[in-house]
Amino acid sequence: MRWVVPEAEHMSEGTLGCQGCGGALSMRLVLKEVGRDAVGVIPACCWSIIDGPWPTHALDIPVLHTAFETAAVVATGVKAAKTIQGKDTTVIAWAGDGGTFDIGLQALSGAAERNEDILFVCYDNEAYMNTGIQRSSSTPTGTWTTTTPDQRPEARPKKDIMGIIAAHRIPYAATATAAYPEDLERKVKTAVETKGGMRFLHLLSVCPPGWKMEAHQAIEVMRRAVRSKVFPLYEVRNGREYTITHWPDELPVEEYFSMQGRFKTLLSDPEMLEVVRGNVEERWQILLGRHQRSHPEMAPTN
Amino acid sequence: MSERLLLTGNHAAAYGAMLARAEVISAYPITPQTMIVELLSEMTASGRLPAKFITVESEHSAMAACVGASAAGARTYTATSGQGLALMHEMLHWAVGARLPIVLTNVSRAMAPGWSIWSDQSDILSQRDVGWMMLFAESVQEAQDFILWTYRVAEQVFLPGMVGMDAFILSHTAEPLIVHDQEAVDAYLPKFDPLYDLDPAEPRAYGGLVNRDHYFEMRYKIYENMDRAGQLLVEAGEEFGEVLGHRYTPLEGFMLDDADYVIVSAGAMTSNIRQAVRDLREEGMKVGLLRVIAFRPFPVDEVRRILTGRTKVAVLDRNMSAGHSGIFAQEIRSAMLGQPDAPPIYGYVVGIGGRDVRVETGHQVLHDLLTREEPELALFVGLKGLPIGPVRKDFEIKPLAPLEVMQ
Repeated sequence: MRWVVPEAEHMSEGTLGCQGCGGALSMRLVLKEVGRDAVGVIPACCWSIIDGPWPTHALDIPVLHTAFETAAVVATGVKAAKTIQGKDTTVIAWAGDGGTFDIGLQALSGAAERNEDILFVCYDNEAYMNTGIQRSSSTPTGTWTTTTPDQRPEARPKKDIMGIIAAHRIPYAATATAAYPEDLERKVKTAVETKGGMRFLHLLSVCPPGWKMEAHQAIEVMRRAVRSKVFPLYEVRNGREYTITHWPDELPVEEYFSMQGRFKTLLSDPEMLEVVRGNVEERWQILLGRHQRSHPEMAPTN
Repeated sequence: MSERLLLTGNHAAAYGAMLARAEVISAYPITPQTMIVELLSEMTASGRLPAKFITVESEHSAMAACVGASAAGARTYTATSGQGLALMHEMLHWAVGARLPIVLTNVSRAMAPGWSIWSDQSDILSQRDVGWMMLFAESVQEAQDFILWTYRVAEQVFLPGMVGMDAFILSHTAEPLIVHDQEAVDAYLPKFDPLYDLDPAEPRAYGGLVNRDHYFEMRYKIYENMDRAGQLLVEAGEEFGEVLGHRYTPLEGFMLDDADYVIVSAGAMTSNIRQAVRDLREEGMKVGLLRVIAFRPFPVDEVRRILTGRTKVAVLDRNMSAGHSGIFAQEIRSAMLGQPDAPPIYGYVVGIGGRDVRVETGHQVLHDLLTREEPELALFVGLKGLPIGPVRKDFEIKPLAPLEVMQ
């Protein structure tokens, strides 16, 4: 594969991110492709901290920090002003899973339904990590968090945010992860170039402290999430046309879970593990079916 | 050319936003404000007002969109009422901290439950301490003009401002309105020159993390600017007279010169109270009226100057802070506290949930004021079956459950 990651850096070194932070790496990679003619809107999330305390700022683009539930609509307001001023600036809403799946969902749905001309990026670390690892509706079945302790691990499946977004029929939505940077960069490029409507990127973003794992395994764990079909890489055009962009291999889900302390209880519960395995396979089959209906001519290849 | 139209308060507010050349408008429908949103939709759709109109999914998002647009350098307007203003609360704070001179119209209505769409100041006064300038309109003309007056000052001190008007009594009542000449308005209110505009050429962060060594100073600057806004309101009110033909002031007096007794009021009910004052003057009583137009910043010095030395003062509140008293009464008391020759302040709670405040209500309050010997925190006027009086002390409540005493 050709190396497509731009060399330009738009994020400073020495941010306040933890070692191995997927959210910080996601930002670095996304901005490489977005470039400097952009404005960021960041609601309450780890990036409220990572960006640094006033008067420091980690990025080469202006950022408006805002309230937890408002990323999509504040970005909408910024874009409206830029449009009135005749400027074609890319406006990025940059939210964690809480600011996307939970408290930010209403404003996100509103912006998606109106097809606002913004790029919404969710860096998803599957819990409220900034407040110290509490469950969100993105937390997958069987996960330990401080509010789903070992005695009562997360019982419900992760919310299907991509399904919700696709149902709004926006021009472009995609999943990606920093473990596959070429795939991520191509999707960012597509998203930036798909102007005139809402674009959504769902980035799985490892959190070593929250996932209870070593920072040096950050890339490997995200890679295994993709290989095991826990987090398939795909894109959705206009809410209808599905394309799988990286074909997983048959890596057993345990190979992903066993790297992370947050799944210790799950791994010791064969019954729950079977439920989770079934959910992963079921979701994959649904995705595969959608992909095949969208691309009847394409056979699955890697 | 200015023109004279017959319009409701709501439509006057939309004309105010149009004359101000608002560039981004984001709003959500709520009775009794909806007509503002409808007319602005029509104005932006037809091109009469070349602004972006964002039809958001909640009032919280309406204010959030205004925050984004204003931070990016656009003149920004919204309108709401009651529950909508309450839902905006978090983002009202954001507009202040981010120093964004957004202007909104609040058509004041009662808070639920029970559902009530009728006039009541509880919604707007619940936002007292957020840091918005707050003006109370009495007429359709003011519903339009105060938007311009507020922008004029807000964009100097970089703080937002809201214009309150009474549900239905003002919002749905048609009065003759002078829609000012656009060129004259442009002279009064030049193009918005923002503090910052999220320009990619200047990649800074706004509104992020602030440590303890800076936050206090940032908030102090807000206080300082709000303080300065008081004088600017006076100056911008005079300019309004010079450029647009009507001088506005933070406070307005009526028959005050030799008045021993003063009644304080705000908003549309003041029109009836003014008539009541006139009537009592004809009966030979030395009464006068003080209308509070600017509630934030509160014109403390001017209130002191006007009320010092009076025999008695009655304050009308179309709101109540349970556990204390009406909010205007609290403000007036606080302004007068410790002043030499301060008059006793009598709080009167009237018109809650849209109950009529008639000219006769003004007569009743003024007669009560003349005869009552001791001031009270809150005297309730117009409750069914009860005379004007303070809260009952003898009514039955559920007693505290007896404690099981350990043997």
